[in-house]
Amino acid sequence: MQPLVRTVGISKSYPSGGSIVRAVSNVSLTIERGEFVAVRGRSGSGKSTLMNLLGLLDRPDSGTYAFNGREVAKLSEDGRATVRSHDIGFIFQQPALLPRATALENVELPLIYAGISPSRRRRTAKDALDCVGLADRGHHWPNQLSGGEQQRVVIARATVNDPALILADEPTGSLDSATGNEILSLFEALHRDGRTIIVVTHAAEVANRARRLFTLHDGQIVEDGSASSDNLRPAALAMGPLP
Amino acid sequence: MSPLESLRIAARALRVNKLRSALTVLGIVVGVGAVVCMVSVGAGAQAEVSEKIRTLGANLLLVMPGARNSGGARLESGTQPTLTVEDAASIRRELADVQVAAPLLSRSLPLVAANRNWVTVVAGINPDYLVAREWQVASGRLFTSDEIATGAKVAIVGAVIVEELFNGGSGIAETLRIGNVPFTVTGVLDKKGLGAAGRSQDDVVFVPLSAAKSRVLGAVRGTTREALDFISIKVSDTAAMSEVEREVEALLRQRHRIRGDAPSDFRIENPADVLFARGAAMRLLASLLIAVAAVSLVVGGISIMNIMLVSVTERTREIGLRMAVGARRREIRWQFLIEAAILALVGGLVGAFLGAAAAVAIAWKAGWPVLISPWAIILACAFAGVIGISFGLYPAHRAARLDPIVALRFE
Repeated sequence: MQPLVRTVGISKSYPSGGSIVRAVSNVSLTIERGEFVAVRGRSGSGKSTLMNLLGLLDRPDSGTYAFNGREVAKLSEDGRATVRSHDIGFIFQQPALLPRATALENVELPLIYAGISPSRRRRTAKDALDCVGLADRGHHWPNQLSGGEQQRVVIARATVNDPALILADEPTGSLDSATGNEILSLFEALHRDGRTIIVVTHAAEVANRARRLFTLHDGQIVEDGSASSDNLRPAALAMGPLP
Repeated sequence: MSPLESLRIAARALRVNKLRSALTVLGIVVGVGAVVCMVSVGAGAQAEVSEKIRTLGANLLLVMPGARNSGGARLESGTQPTLTVEDAASIRRELADVQVAAPLLSRSLPLVAANRNWVTVVAGINPDYLVAREWQVASGRLFTSDEIATGAKVAIVGAVIVEELFNGGSGIAETLRIGNVPFTVTGVLDKKGLGAAGRSQDDVVFVPLSAAKSRVLGAVRGTTREALDFISIKVSDTAAMSEVEREVEALLRQRHRIRGDAPSDFRIENPADVLFARGAAMRLLASLLIAVAAVSLVVGGISIMNIMLVSVTERTREIGLRMAVGARRREIRWQFLIEAAILALVGGLVGAFLGAAAAVAIAWKAGWPVLISPWAIILACAFAGVIGISFGLYPAHRAARLDPIVALRFE
């Protein structure tokens, strides 16, 4: 079986203030199904860009990216949107919910674009909310929910279409540490369910929850280690060639 | 994503900002409303003019007595009773294209029938007048030549008189007192409806001219028993109207012994021309207002575009989020395009409803037939929809073109 994510030498540059910044430079990595991976780095290290590339929100300037066994680096805008709607769930730093939609409707959102029928959508979204412990808050508006609850709605949304990959960018960045810990426990629960998770963070306590750790520095992966070596699995060693 | 789904999302987004949506469509409401109203008013006015021309009788010329010239100050038209029955007879006798020339003498008089009374125009005529006006009796009969010759006390009445005085009866053979003189009703006329002056043409009593002069009207005219209110001339051919007008002028000037360039003591009018001119003026006014309304539609479109652009900017994060969870560009484009189209169409429907209501109110006030053209409504709404879509294209394009990464980071 092919790995879920395999990039070979992907790079991405941005024009910034007259010069060109190489946000991600020649990154090769391989992530198997079921892994819980953290990408750690200081702000400006290119971790958000890497997440955008892995999440197919953006296209690399060079390199190849095989997602789920399929080459996606050259995929069109709409092609990437289709992959996102079926196979990728996003969790952002700010709980990004539509303010004028209820929690349940927010969770339904990916299913709308995946073309699921309304009745099935509602059922699936309710199950997903149930999984994050918010079964009774479905009809609340986002501003009636606490920050932690909002982030859990986001997690429900990221998992509702049963994606192959869950990508989280600083998922606890806007939460206090107790609430952040709850969210991280939820991630571990997802991991136990066999989901593949990539967390991008600058916080060590987040990175330490992962079973495998990359560190980004100036757009390059400079370290690949196991955050908790007792959980290190052989599959995690299947790394792409380093530059 | 199904079109129904896009519709639902768009409708929901519009409901969130109800007041703003309502204000946005105001331009379209006013534009469509004005177009529908003005087209209906124009059509109604046109129909009213056509109807009046029709009830007037075709190819009709009126000869009215002129104003008395009293020491240089000209008095009101008709103050000098200069037209005579003989004038009418001579017009008919001597001019080839004249089908009839009917004299008429009239005055407002009180009527009494049984215990009811009414005041109306009593006109002395001979049956030629009804020919000129293309007016038939609905029931009963016309005057006989015997009745005309002897000045018999018989009357033909309009439909309004039957309603007012005979209380549901036919009116035929009933007795009607005009002033103090009892007349027998021999006929009831067809309904003609409102006349050019806005008064019902059916509110009238016709008696033989001879009877009118000798028994009810003659004395009040003073100057001469021969005086007439006007002569109605029916010309046999429309093409000969102006020719006949000139001939009548020449003939009457000769008969009245008016020499050289002295002013005539009578006037000749073509009432259809007056009505045509009035209809044309109304149509012109209506088309000017329609043009203004069309400008309002375009302004309404610009206001939709403006609000849609604001909305796209405001909802940048929402757009980014939708894209992140899998919305394709065309789905984002459709969402905003449908929002703009819904705004315009709802505005169009509300406008059409208000415009139609205003048209009904105006028609009712002016006594016109209500003619709300379904085509005006369909066209105005379709135009509104086209405007909504065309002015929504650019904002929708802007939304669809957003980079999801930039949109997600947008504050």
